[in-house]
Amino acid sequence: MLTEEEKKEILEEVKQYPYPAVACIDALKIVQHHRGWVSDESVKDIAQILEISNEEVDGVATFYSRIYRKPIGRNVILICDSVSCMIMGYGSIYEYISKKLGIAFGETTSDGRFTLLPISCLGDCDHAPAIMINDDHYNNLTVGKVEELLASYN
Amino acid sequence: MERPLTKHIKPGSPPLNLKDYLQEGGYNGMHKAFKEMKPAEVTSLVKASNLLGRGGAGFPTGVKWSLVPMDDESAKPKYLVCNADEMEPGTFKDRYLLEGNPHQLIAGMIITAYAIQAEKAYIFIRWAYKKAEAELRKAINEAYEAGYLGKNILGSGFDLDLYVHSSAGRYICGEETALLNSLEGKRGIPRTKPPFPAISGLFGKPTVVNNVETLSCIPHIVENGADWFKSLSLTGTGGTKLFGVSGRVKKPGVWELPLGITVRELLEEYAGGMADGYKFRGALPGGVSTDFLTEKHLDVKMDFSTVAAAGSRMGTGTMIIFDDKTCPVAFIHNIEKFFALESCGWCTPCREGLPWVEKILSSIEEGTGKMEYLDVLKFHTKYLGPGNTFCAHAPGAAEPLQSGLNYFYEDFVRHIDEKKCPWR
Repeated sequence: MLTEEEKKEILEEVKQYPYPAVACIDALKIVQHHRGWVSDESVKDIAQILEISNEEVDGVATFYSRIYRKPIGRNVILICDSVSCMIMGYGSIYEYISKKLGIAFGETTSDGRFTLLPISCLGDCDHAPAIMINDDHYNNLTVGKVEELLASYN
Repeated sequence: MERPLTKHIKPGSPPLNLKDYLQEGGYNGMHKAFKEMKPAEVTSLVKASNLLGRGGAGFPTGVKWSLVPMDDESAKPKYLVCNADEMEPGTFKDRYLLEGNPHQLIAGMIITAYAIQAEKAYIFIRWAYKKAEAELRKAINEAYEAGYLGKNILGSGFDLDLYVHSSAGRYICGEETALLNSLEGKRGIPRTKPPFPAISGLFGKPTVVNNVETLSCIPHIVENGADWFKSLSLTGTGGTKLFGVSGRVKKPGVWELPLGITVRELLEEYAGGMADGYKFRGALPGGVSTDFLTEKHLDVKMDFSTVAAAGSRMGTGTMIIFDDKTCPVAFIHNIEKFFALESCGWCTPCREGLPWVEKILSSIEEGTGKMEYLDVLKFHTKYLGPGNTFCAHAPGAAEPLQSGLNYFYEDFVRHIDEKKCPWR
């Protein structure tokens, strides 16, 4: 069941469009904002409110890389693995984080603190290597800097 | 040297707010367009300025606008969409403009919407550009308060609403028809062309999709004229361009420079030359979907036609430098893996071909490649090339692969002969 707040926010988005289905991505983002991820049940709820099939909503949800269809950790680390960051050594940043947290790309720590994911170019190529943690960008990274950074997220 | 696009950008400081931007002459172009020009005159001026689209394809902007029907009542509302979904690996120029001067973009969008008589405009921005999005929203609010957006703008009778849409993350959404599907809440899959978006775009209505940098040029063209704009470049194409350099250079960065500056000038004068201990082996001139340039191309002028004549494309103009300490197979593998992951899956050559290319490159890099694999890669550069796929995604992927095979062929062979990566 969507909460009243979620419903209200989705209907607010629907208003600006010619028909409700246009708000599909917005609706997925709203639910994810409140719950961290989008469950099968939420897919059905969104389908109902937007008057489209569950499959259509799931088709959209699984197309986009920033819609999570599995639970994620409290913090999401996104490591840029594109070519400029590769040249500048994202590999050592990944190895450090992966070893320190005991997780590979696509995994979440057992305490639910971090999820580790790769991401394409963050537009920080002149300050590579770069990562994002949640909504924050960090660049010109060294292993030392990453160590400090990780400690600042609970 | 004039730098109209970045004159008011101070990295590390917030962008100018509306009041300060107005004091610097911001929005002069918009006032001029409303007071002195008919919509068709704006389009003619932009055509005459020889502004070529800055998203990477270099299509003439004024020509794109002139395809929009101007007298058909059934074709309403019309839409303007700003493509701010910058995601081409190695590209960091639109982010600089979005974070540095959102009002310049908004002014450009108002003028463009006026020229094509669009009532609604969207900025399709990459979700990861949080700071840019926040600055844009702030600037849009200021523009509404000043009466530059909304109903009856400056008493002209022209209405325009501007919305920000933050993407959900997929490279293919930078393709303009995939972007439109995504804006409609669907999977971001490219559409058949024709019809082109100028005739049938967002919600089936006439739509112009322009890049951030393209739209940011518009206020300056209107304010200073087509001849002035053409005089900014060294080659007769209109304007300056944001050029970037990343990789193992002394001073990576982004600079606004005349179109027609050489690769060598960019690399040596602006990026400070190669970092100590690294040698130049090549460059992708405009993101990963462009062919390699090598040492013999250092004096190539960075302009759409001159880079094309050298066998590559200018693309986004943000150059990735390839050095001697980076393995070419690993470098190209990284790029093809990106393209394989980001294929939308709609057409077979791209969906099936790119993962195959990726696997072959991976096996060569791991030392298990065979000589006949090189023929398979070459075969793919042909069948993933222009005319064989639904959109430009796979042809873009084929560019660094075909030129890499050509220029670094011996390095591929060494991996196969030595059964390992010589760079490891």
